[in-house]
Amino acid sequence: MNTGIVVFPGTWSDRDCAHALSDVLGQPARYVDHREERLDDLDLVILPGGFSYGDYLRCGAIARFAPVMEAVTDFANRGGLVLGICNGFQILQEARLLPGALLRNASCEFRCEWVNLRVEQSESAFTLDCRPGQVLRIPISHGEGNFFADPQTLEAIERNGQVVFRYCAPDGRVTAESNPNGSLGNIAGIANAHGNVVGLMPHPERACEDLLGSTDGLALFRSAIHALDRVAV
Amino acid sequence: MTYRAEVFVTLKPVVNDPAGLTIKGGLHALGFDSVREVRAGKYLVLTLDADDEDQARSRVEEMTRQLLANAVIEDYRIELKVPSPSGGGQGGGLRT
Amino acid sequence: MAIAVRRAQLQEVALNEDEYRAIVRAIGRDPNDLELGMFGALWSEHCSYKTAKALLRQLPTEGPDVLQGPGENAGAVDIGNGLAVVFKIESHNHPSAIEPYQGAATGVGGILRDVFAMGARPVAILDALRFGPLDGIVAHDRLRRATADRAGDIVLLVGADTGRDGIHGATFASVEMDERSAERRPAVQVGNPFLEKLLCEACLRLNELDGVTAIQDLGAAGLTSAASELAHRGHRGIDIDVDRISRREQGMTPYEAMLSESQERMLILVRPEAEAAARQVFDHFELHADRIGVVTGTGRIRIRDHGVSVADIPLKALVDGVPLRTPVASFPDRQPTVVMPAVEEPEAILLDLIASPNLRSRRPIYRTYDHQVQDNTVFGPGFDAALLRVPGTNKGLALTTDGNPWYVALDPYEGTKAAVAEAARNIVCTGARPIAVTNCLNFGNPERPAIFGQLQESIRGLADACRALDLPVVSGNVSLYNETSERNIPPTPVIGMVGLLEDLSLRCPSGFQEDGDLVFLLGETREELAGSAYLRLLGAPAEGRPPMVSLEMERRLQAAMLDSIGRGVVRCAHDVSDGGLLIALAESALYGGRGLRCPGIVGPISREAFFFGESQGRVIVSVAPRRVPELQQLMTSHHIPLYAIGVIGGEDFQVGSDIRLSLDSLRQAWETPF
Repeated sequence: MNTGIVVFPGTWSDRDCAHALSDVLGQPARYVDHREERLDDLDLVILPGGFSYGDYLRCGAIARFAPVMEAVTDFANRGGLVLGICNGFQILQEARLLPGALLRNASCEFRCEWVNLRVEQSESAFTLDCRPGQVLRIPISHGEGNFFADPQTLEAIERNGQVVFRYCAPDGRVTAESNPNGSLGNIAGIANAHGNVVGLMPHPERACEDLLGSTDGLALFRSAIHALDRVAV
Repeated sequence: MTYRAEVFVTLKPVVNDPAGLTIKGGLHALGFDSVREVRAGKYLVLTLDADDEDQARSRVEEMTRQLLANAVIEDYRIELKVPSPSGGGQGGGLRT
Repeated sequence: MAIAVRRAQLQEVALNEDEYRAIVRAIGRDPNDLELGMFGALWSEHCSYKTAKALLRQLPTEGPDVLQGPGENAGAVDIGNGLAVVFKIESHNHPSAIEPYQGAATGVGGILRDVFAMGARPVAILDALRFGPLDGIVAHDRLRRATADRAGDIVLLVGADTGRDGIHGATFASVEMDERSAERRPAVQVGNPFLEKLLCEACLRLNELDGVTAIQDLGAAGLTSAASELAHRGHRGIDIDVDRISRREQGMTPYEAMLSESQERMLILVRPEAEAAARQVFDHFELHADRIGVVTGTGRIRIRDHGVSVADIPLKALVDGVPLRTPVASFPDRQPTVVMPAVEEPEAILLDLIASPNLRSRRPIYRTYDHQVQDNTVFGPGFDAALLRVPGTNKGLALTTDGNPWYVALDPYEGTKAAVAEAARNIVCTGARPIAVTNCLNFGNPERPAIFGQLQESIRGLADACRALDLPVVSGNVSLYNETSERNIPPTPVIGMVGLLEDLSLRCPSGFQEDGDLVFLLGETREELAGSAYLRLLGAPAEGRPPMVSLEMERRLQAAMLDSIGRGVVRCAHDVSDGGLLIALAESALYGGRGLRCPGIVGPISREAFFFGESQGRVIVSVAPRRVPELQQLMTSHHIPLYAIGVIGGEDFQVGSDIRLSLDSLRQAWETPF
């Protein structure tokens, strides 16, 4: 799986994604500059976390107009796999590749902590290896991850099975206490209608080694590898 | 001609505004009990060149739709300040 | 020009008349306004350490692993594999006192620049909300020293435009604050983390270029300090065309441009043939670089404005010429021994203590910033020491900061020794070997004899402790004149320490790991309560002698700990410090989510001292029952007393008949919000 990791000015987690893919999973990965316009060599594009363009105006609002985003949009429309993590999720929404928006956390505070995620569906390219109801332990680190969509959009997302992850208790119950940021329906991650584009606030690349506390994040990257195998067959 | 545009961006009424709620709480704590609601937002001041008022207004509209506000969650209002005919660089010659 | 005429100016730049005469002697004439401003900045306490310098000479700064001691942007220590750890500690007291948010933010920004100026990618920041020490990792051969070593090299100023920020920020740090300080708000700058990130990436890339000869952060006293120090370190001179500096505001004078403390700026020296390559790096990151001058062989800093000379000063006088101050020191009479109140309700006291602001869980604070980015955080905040993986290796770096202002207030010598000893104990509890120290000495107005006495004793304690524990001091910071309307801050030396763990698989956590394991106390408990959290909780007056530190004992205890952890004998280890033994046991229980049963008091000691005393040189460990004989043997061979305390398991925290609390109730108290 050839992965491209997009680096905007202010991107922080690019190196962590490269570490998870190359060092942990032994997959080829390269950095993609925000001015690049061709992504033909790639199977997977990751928009990593960080604070692109200083998070000025709105998180992701300025990155969405970087030259690379036109290429990412084409890539996604052709069925390429795209994963937006944290700031990358915000950028995908600003670019309208995913529905909804991410507001400031209900607590008005930044939150960096471990959370539990319930896998809601195993059809997306990043959850093929999971089973619905499975609980993943993955950390969050954001100030604006409060998922919002208007009632019609939310209803459509739910009906189409586009909700991929929800914040939950360790036993998988979706509770108010386990919601770290006020997201509607405890939504932590969603997919587009085709399931090839997924955005989530938690950081799977930080949960790929026992040494760092969890290996549950590997499931997302392994699913992507299998999704590509499936296409190839 | 140089125009000055003020863009007010606020969360849509349907969107929860935790910052506004927190500020309201702070005001109540100070004894300003009469405050019923606070909505927090952004205020941007643009200085731009345009041929005329219509062009200036439509450009700022376009900028706001594309970048300055996110239609999923935000409303906006634009106020254009036009240089008055007599106001040659005295600084005070602006009218709304 | 008569001194009398310039009295107001001298006051403005916080220099005294003797210092003015020294300037006149050094340059052979009266300085002009710009020159006086430059002297004021570089001869400020903040930049020159004129009060503390003589005392700091006592500190051990060398060791086999030290690659860079004090005097550079930051210190550097060898950690094997051709890698070095770069670290330092900073205070940002004066700006933070006026504007906490921006003050703290720019404090972090400044120290980040110090670390990436050394060529190291910053990997971690520690904070105790008094300071921000920081670490970075760099390959040896890429370790960068900021020195102008060849005439003809080009001087580039990179990053933010220069504004009127913090003019006199450096001299300002040398005068006491008063209510009017808020009016000088422009002395506090607004940070731009986004620009800082671009600057960091650009400097790390520059570091790989041949022909880039120096990278220097612009901190206190801005360009004046950075340019002078670079040139003086290399025994060269420097010419600056002040009109070439990009400015944020119109109408700025050379004085303002030279003394501005605008953030996110770096000074870069390049060989002429490397300038194009350096500019490519800046262009890639969309950063602006001005070519503002050239390195010379004159030994002078010369400033020109549109070709006209506006300052011309010998660097030796400017950087090194400040007359050292030797204030008078006074020492308080020996403190009376404290009267020990008896513990009436140990259970209630334990709950109150663990809920008190200094002992309760810090999670509400540390969860508001990212402590995981870079994928190396093995032990995050909240434990004895943080533990980070050294990227690309199986080694770990343990990091901690310590300091107990109450001990220092009672006895600056013993209190500072205790800070070093506790930091080292925190490091060894993770399994890592302490390798180097950075210090941050925050004191009041040293012109007051009692304050200077505190500073003198504190530095003596620091020197003795570091020497006894074989720890070089590789960087540091002194912040004096921390005084508000006649009230001095408590003396607050803070010790930052770095340790090296050769094999991360041998790391040792702080929380209880297995039910059935036995808990032991290592070290001796004495009748010491003065300075304790327990007495503060009871509202007892601050008096008596704080716990004494036997450096010989500390040394043995630490060797014994490293030995036991290295052999895999202990399963968890936790330093006994603030709050005493019960707090340490409760914390390990809470970290591990496991209860504890203790039979009760061990040894001939009062209940108060056993439960809540803060005797130094103590650690609790947990051990699997079958390995107890090994632990006993190890402690005997290291001459460390060992006391069986209890057994891990159950849902309760139980000590004899005195305490029986559910873990839940203990946790509820511990998690009291701020």
